[in-house]
Amino acid sequence: MRRPFKLPELGDNIEGVEIIAVLVAAGEKVAAGRSLLEVVTDKAVFEIPADEEMIVTEILVRSGDRVGVGESLFIVSPTAADTPPATESAIAVVTTESAPPLPSESAATVPVVEPPTAATGLPKGVLVPAAPSVRREARALGVPIEQVPGTGPQGRISIDDVRQFVKQRNLASPERPGNTQPASPEGPAIPSQVALPDFTRWGKVSREKMGPLRRATAHHLAATWSTLPQVTQFDQADITPLELVRKRLTAHVEKAGGGKLSLTAILLKIVAGALKAFPTFNASLDLRTDELILKQYVHIGVAVDTPEGLIVPVVRDVDHKNITQLAIDLATLTQKARTRKLMPEEMSGGCFTLSNLGTVGGVGFTPIVRHPEVAILGVARSGIEARFAEGAFQPRLMLPLSLSYDHRVVDGADGARFLRWICEVLEEPMRIALEG
Amino acid sequence: MNETKDVVVIGGGPGGYAAAFLAASYGFRTTLVDMRSTPGGVCLHCGCIPSKALLHAAKLLTDAREAMEIGIDFGQPRVEIDKIRLWKERVVSQLTTGLSQQCLRRGVTFIQGQATFLGSNQIAILKPDGQQSELLFDHCILATGSRPTPLPGIPLQSPRVMDSTAALAFEQIPERLLVVGGGVIGLELGSVYATFGSRVTIVEMSPTLLPGADRDLVRVVAKRLEKLTESIRLESKVTALVERADGLLATLENSAGQAEELHFDRVLVAIGRLPNSENLGLEKTRVRLERGLVQVDRAMRTADPAILAIGDVVGGPMLAHKAAHEARIAVEVLAGKKAQFDPRAIPVVAFTDPEVAWAGLTETEAKKQGIPVKAVRFPWGASGRAHTLGQVDGSTKLIVDPETERVLGIGMTGPGAGEMISEGVLALEMGATVRDLAETIHPHPTLSETVMEAAEVFFGHSVHYFTPRQNR
Ligand SMILES: Cc1cc2nc3c(=O)[nH]c(=O)nc-3n(C[C@H](O)[C@H](O)[C@H](O)COP(=O)(O)OP(=O)(O)OC[C@H]3O[C@@H](n4cnc5c(N)ncnc54)[C@H](O)[C@@H]3O)c2cc1C
Repeated sequence: MRRPFKLPELGDNIEGVEIIAVLVAAGEKVAAGRSLLEVVTDKAVFEIPADEEMIVTEILVRSGDRVGVGESLFIVSPTAADTPPATESAIAVVTTESAPPLPSESAATVPVVEPPTAATGLPKGVLVPAAPSVRREARALGVPIEQVPGTGPQGRISIDDVRQFVKQRNLASPERPGNTQPASPEGPAIPSQVALPDFTRWGKVSREKMGPLRRATAHHLAATWSTLPQVTQFDQADITPLELVRKRLTAHVEKAGGGKLSLTAILLKIVAGALKAFPTFNASLDLRTDELILKQYVHIGVAVDTPEGLIVPVVRDVDHKNITQLAIDLATLTQKARTRKLMPEEMSGGCFTLSNLGTVGGVGFTPIVRHPEVAILGVARSGIEARFAEGAFQPRLMLPLSLSYDHRVVDGADGARFLRWICEVLEEPMRIALEG
Repeated sequence: MNETKDVVVIGGGPGGYAAAFLAASYGFRTTLVDMRSTPGGVCLHCGCIPSKALLHAAKLLTDAREAMEIGIDFGQPRVEIDKIRLWKERVVSQLTTGLSQQCLRRGVTFIQGQATFLGSNQIAILKPDGQQSELLFDHCILATGSRPTPLPGIPLQSPRVMDSTAALAFEQIPERLLVVGGGVIGLELGSVYATFGSRVTIVEMSPTLLPGADRDLVRVVAKRLEKLTESIRLESKVTALVERADGLLATLENSAGQAEELHFDRVLVAIGRLPNSENLGLEKTRVRLERGLVQVDRAMRTADPAILAIGDVVGGPMLAHKAAHEARIAVEVLAGKKAQFDPRAIPVVAFTDPEVAWAGLTETEAKKQGIPVKAVRFPWGASGRAHTLGQVDGSTKLIVDPETERVLGIGMTGPGAGEMISEGVLALEMGATVRDLAETIHPHPTLSETVMEAAEVFFGHSVHYFTPRQNR
């Protein structure tokens, strides 16, 4: 049976994508998981895989097209393998006494469907007021109808209520830039810029369209910069002992499949500890209700430099993982980011961001808080410095750190304490085990 | 390239034939298998349709008799049972051959035979001539329906003991008939026989007839049945049944343990129905059963990825319209839509005289679940239309959420209740408030006005029904 292959749900706040390239040809047979399209959203470039083995019979999109979630991309049909042997009609008239062998089918290979629940009769209690057509629409949009606030008489839910709910949910998602302003489909507008001079008066220029990723970053940063009063503080940690341990144990972690034991992996663990010790740093500000939303989970974004630009995959539940596991997660996410395999949900839900430019270089920098997070830690390149200790100058490996935070949420003294806490744990690695 | 998928529907009842027709219209290559020579299942062959035909005949007789009261005397009616039976059979065959033709027109292959599973993607069909054929499919919709439950503990095999199918054959009118079971089927068939002259005794285990319906609605039909029948025995059961040369000796026992022996010519057993899930080879599939019912999720999928199931065989209220609704969902699911069985109400109608119909929450159920409701009633004695029809015993009631004023349930009894209930079902599906019903203009004079007037009672401002609370 032919069916349309549609753009799947890609995450809470993704409404559509722009197609960069079509990776299959009409008539091609593809295996499950094979990439069909390369697409880009305002957050990342990634690929859309085939959900099962199939034949692509028709291609409905071209590169450059913008398509929304649920729109058809291809017409596909199942491969011959999952249709019965080709008899002209459905009926194979065989008159046998004994039954032929069963079609090969072992319980182990057949995917198990979700356990059935009693579907008959009616659920108990009072059901929400929404007409059948409205409930159908909600199902199509993947919305649990019970969660939709109805604006009709006595809370009756209309189709508009369902659509509004979907929009609101997308806006409320913390990843959406400019949560505090009414959002246009393009995200918040870049603050109106002063008119540009005609540069050609001074020499030759060329114009280049910003890619979607660059454009999104520009919009997001402009909005953050103009709405969020931030402060940056600096500190340094003596990581001489930590570095010895790190070098000694890196082989151990590599054996576990985690790539190198990087400073970033260690810092993730330390930051998770700091977020527990200073809960206001793991929060978001809700200006509409004058409330601080405190998060009971610790997901940390890590800035990754890719050919397309900056991408921030999020490591989940950092507080529940050991450093080896974090190193493994980090290696996978970085690899995915660089090969465009990162899915939007792997870039959402972060509480705090870590930006390590140490491998690139630099003495120090002032990172910009990624709203609606309240703080970001910048890491620059470590270097040997002379330190006076025990009556003599000694060569010590010093790591420069910078912490930017939303000054509406965090006071200067707390900022200093937070950063100091991180430095002290870096200097006394045993504390990771004690406090992490 | 094999682009079309094969769908096999097992069972040609209102679930099965609906599924087959819809599947064909969605472009599936569809085969419908049923043991009977034509589609229609229980509903058309030995359920809804023949019973309603006989009830119609009975109603004509009642109306003719009652016409005397308004000055029309037809004289003593002459009833020809054989002719009534033939007419009933013609009704059934017209409808079932119509379905056979629909199969042809829609490109659905109909095969008569008994299906058994050989695996998750294959069935064998044993045809009436003893030949066996096999069929492969991508998807199967199982709709094998249900059959009457026999009297437990009483293994008597006798033509005098009838199930609903035998009663609908309408061979003769026994002088004394015992009806075991005071549910919808028992009352419908019992009142047919009573109207045509049988002296009927009804035995029901629970304390009320039509268990499931609110008692105030049942009372109206019970009052009429008390006149029509010899006796109605609630909280009673048949403990023994012995065949004698001249009939059957039944022992009836009430809740106090008192037993009584009574003579009958025939017994009709209508105590419920059992799902047809045995002898189907389901053990060769991954379909799961619980107490004989095929277990399905809200998308009508069984635990076997290739098999969906609908209708009586999955349980719930065993009603034809529920089966047909599930058929639509099953086919949409196969077509890749996000369909789900998610109704707000499944209406139930007893086509007794007068009819009783209800949908959504009942007052009884609300009490049991502890849901606060306000029940409002409009007695048909206050309806002009009811008076012109000489039917003033009816009643329409609404079950309303006092907080939100939403209509949570509706019930009615009186002629035409089965037709009028649909307005209430629509109200429930739309999440209507009692205000919506009160402010919808209903044509006058009709019985449907009683729905609007019941809604007005809620606000204490009914035009035709004065309650002392009204002037506040
Ligand atoms: C007397 C009576 C009156 C009723 N009145 C009403 C009414 O007024 N309104 C209402 O809504 N409902 C009524 N019902 C209930 C209604 O008939 C059923 O709910 C409805 O028929 C169920 O439909 P179904 O498709 O599930 O299966 P059924 O109608 O039971 O059909 C199942 C079919 O599958 C066939 N079958 C079973 N096993 C196999 C097999 N292995 N191979 C091939 N074929 C098989 C059977 O022969 C049958 O034809 C009444 C029932 C009875 C008995």
